[in-house]
Amino acid sequence: MKPLPEPSATAAPPLPASRPGFVRREWLPIILFVLLALLPFAAMLGPEKYTLSLVTRVMIFALAAISLDLILGYGALVSFGHAAFLGIGGYAVGILAAHGFQDAALQVPVALLASGLFALLTGAISLRTKGVYFIMITLAFGQMAFFFAISLSAYGGDDGLTLASRSKLFGLSWLENDRFFYGLVLALLIGCYALTRAIVASRFGRVIRGAKENPVRMEAVGFSPFRYQLAAYVISGMICGLAGVLLANQAEFVAPAYMAWQRSGELIVMVILGGLASLHGAIIGAAAFLLLEEILSGYTEHWKLIFGPFLVLVVLFARGGLLGILARVRGKSGGGR
Amino acid sequence: MTLSLFLVQTLNGLQFGILLFFIAAGLTLVFGVMDFINLAHGVQYMIGAYLAAMFTALTGNFFFGLMLALPSALLFGLLLEFLIFRHLYARDHLDQVLATFGIIIFLNQAVKVVWGAAPLSVPVPEILSGTVVLMDGLLYPAYRLALIGSGLAIALILYILVSYTRIGMLVRAGATNAPMVSALGVDISRLFMVVFGFGAMLAGFAGAMVAPILSVEPGMGDNLLILTFVVIVIGGIGSIRGAFIAALLVGLVDTLGRIFGPFLLRLIMDPSAASQTGRALAPMLIYILMAAVLFFRPAGLFPVRK
Amino acid sequence: MTGLEAAAKAEAPATSATPALALVDLNKAYGALKVTDHVSLAFDVGELHAIIGPNGAGKTTLIHQISGLAQADAGHILLDGQAITGLPMAARVRKGLARSFQITSIIPGFSGLENVALAVQARLGSSFRLFGAVAREERLNAPARAILETVGLLGRADLPAGLLSHGEKRQLELAIAMATEPRVLLLDEPLAGTGPEESAAVIALLRKLKGRYTIVLIEHDMDAVFALADRVSVLVYGRIIASGTPDAVRHDPAVREAYLGEEGL
Repeated sequence: MKPLPEPSATAAPPLPASRPGFVRREWLPIILFVLLALLPFAAMLGPEKYTLSLVTRVMIFALAAISLDLILGYGALVSFGHAAFLGIGGYAVGILAAHGFQDAALQVPVALLASGLFALLTGAISLRTKGVYFIMITLAFGQMAFFFAISLSAYGGDDGLTLASRSKLFGLSWLENDRFFYGLVLALLIGCYALTRAIVASRFGRVIRGAKENPVRMEAVGFSPFRYQLAAYVISGMICGLAGVLLANQAEFVAPAYMAWQRSGELIVMVILGGLASLHGAIIGAAAFLLLEEILSGYTEHWKLIFGPFLVLVVLFARGGLLGILARVRGKSGGGR
Repeated sequence: MTLSLFLVQTLNGLQFGILLFFIAAGLTLVFGVMDFINLAHGVQYMIGAYLAAMFTALTGNFFFGLMLALPSALLFGLLLEFLIFRHLYARDHLDQVLATFGIIIFLNQAVKVVWGAAPLSVPVPEILSGTVVLMDGLLYPAYRLALIGSGLAIALILYILVSYTRIGMLVRAGATNAPMVSALGVDISRLFMVVFGFGAMLAGFAGAMVAPILSVEPGMGDNLLILTFVVIVIGGIGSIRGAFIAALLVGLVDTLGRIFGPFLLRLIMDPSAASQTGRALAPMLIYILMAAVLFFRPAGLFPVRK
Repeated sequence: MTGLEAAAKAEAPATSATPALALVDLNKAYGALKVTDHVSLAFDVGELHAIIGPNGAGKTTLIHQISGLAQADAGHILLDGQAITGLPMAARVRKGLARSFQITSIIPGFSGLENVALAVQARLGSSFRLFGAVAREERLNAPARAILETVGLLGRADLPAGLLSHGEKRQLELAIAMATEPRVLLLDEPLAGTGPEESAAVIALLRKLKGRYTIVLIEHDMDAVFALADRVSVLVYGRIIASGTPDAVRHDPAVREAYLGEEGL
């Protein structure tokens, strides 16, 4: 089979992976969500609790990865401190619960507000810088949040905080039910996916995508990208904060480790692994990352010896991440288009 | 709090700064000249420490161990460069982050497999095991003084190399304008290899030198890597001088902050809470420092590239 | 501001009306190098005013200062008599001052239509709208298509802009600038890098646009300049050494001395 033809001989810049308006892989996210919806039924045949808990965790990280893809994939804003929002969401749950406020009706708004505020403050400073400096200053803010969490000695300090139970939902203990919790997380994942998808295709999204490719051009037609990028950063932070709320409930535990820089790195890895700027790529990346970790660690305690080189190989030989591989396979079997 | 405590902590801070400089020097060059984000630079440091521990145990002498560890760290760096890194220079930063992240995961585990999960300790060489009286009532371990001394010496050598040799000139030119250097007909890939190998060896040297005073363990490079990034960003990417000054600054701020932060907090809160909060908050200081520097100088203290 | 306005009028030789754009004693230096040296110029409403000069004369730097991509060290810039000095580029665009770039600046991943619709969107505002598929908004697409038709690119509107030919990209860049509905259009070498056929198409387009906007044109193609311009100013080492009708400038001895031999007027 010959390789896919180059789009143009005159060194035209490559097209971005996704262009809303040109969406052709629309079936993929639908299949993904249908599979996730059917999974609890299949899970009943096997170790249900284990399966549900694993896939719930996958979906929570997928939510966080989607939030990162919104600014990283579509805005080229490489946030290396995104795990801070996971922690903020988690600690909102943990701290409120420690004071007896166990209802999600209070915890979620507080978590969203706190994440949004943190994003607004740190984003306003970070977005003054560009490129590598942006990566590093977001890392710095992530680390500040991490060390701040360690300093919270009243809430477990270094060791973290164990929740007495999952959050109440308007006074009811429905979240304790793993199937219900699974369904709730799936619904939120689909909701946030639809939300970010709409944002990307909207007027606002067009400004973000344009500023990614050519910021000077954006200013030359009259846009000041800063305000839009800041707004996107806040939206992304809030979605990731929501993922933090869910993560705390899933693990019934919060700890500073939620915010470690390695966690931020893992989120970036998930997004790139799946394929940038497609949103469902982020879901696939999160699933691949966590499931591979789970499966490999079942075989050997030294699973990282396989996982590390796997990431390297993906970079070296699979441009565009897993979605890129998928597109190439389809291109070949379908004769290309 | 006494003057001698202050002096001892300042020396500790300097020593930490020197250590950061060893790692930052290579990282800032690799970053500045090749525009390559190498997250795996921290594991080079870890490898250096493990190699020193192994060779010291084999030969029974730290200096022989060091002599063997340095070329091994260099070879290891060149091997990584040959196998992986050179295929990533032309890629964007995200690909580099992903691949080097994979290398970290692999090597952190690999050292566990090869040398075991338990921390290794390396004895301080006998000749440097004593303490030196710096002034009345101020004793300081000789080994740490030697570390500071060797750091200053290496900084000087680096300065001369970069300022006065042909390869140093190319490195400086490359940090300012890489396409221009390749347009001049310089073999860029060889220049990259030299810079990379040199950076890897310096990081390995740092690891070997701290082996006697820190425990050698998997993941020891991870947090140091992040501090090193802080250093090169504060200093200005690609600037050796910036890396040196920023490394000392970060070393001092971090060390002194950890010691004196709780003291200062005691003025406003009760002692036990102060020491706990102070200890926890002190690590934030350097990140606050970095955010402040970038706020006022978005390209660091000594920006290289226009 | 009245003093400034008076100054601007004093600099404008031909007319008593407020000029569309006026530069009052503009200065900029990079170190010891004066790239803009006491430049004062007035551009009348609807005229096509070409600025020519040898390489390194500071033409692009001047356009950068007018458009706001760079800031002048001293002096004033008036748009319709209103000072815009110190405003960032985006704000100047919203006030009706658009520009094109010497090196093509488009958004390669967007289609031609999206590139132009983006500029329409910038003018219409409400870009904080998070919902509604922007690609299907006729309020943005219809005006964008009309402009693409004017520049002759309608047939290529749905192609990713990065895949257009160089000449087409130059036309697209003009279309983007037009879509901001400027009163004053700054064109930085719109013919740069185009072949003979492509450049003929762009010249025909400029002729079509002439009169619709006040146009400040920087161009190296002297045939094009003298065929299109109402007035020509000559910039040498950051200073305006002559300004007038094409014929007057062509025969100006100072211009011939500074210029002849390099380009051959």
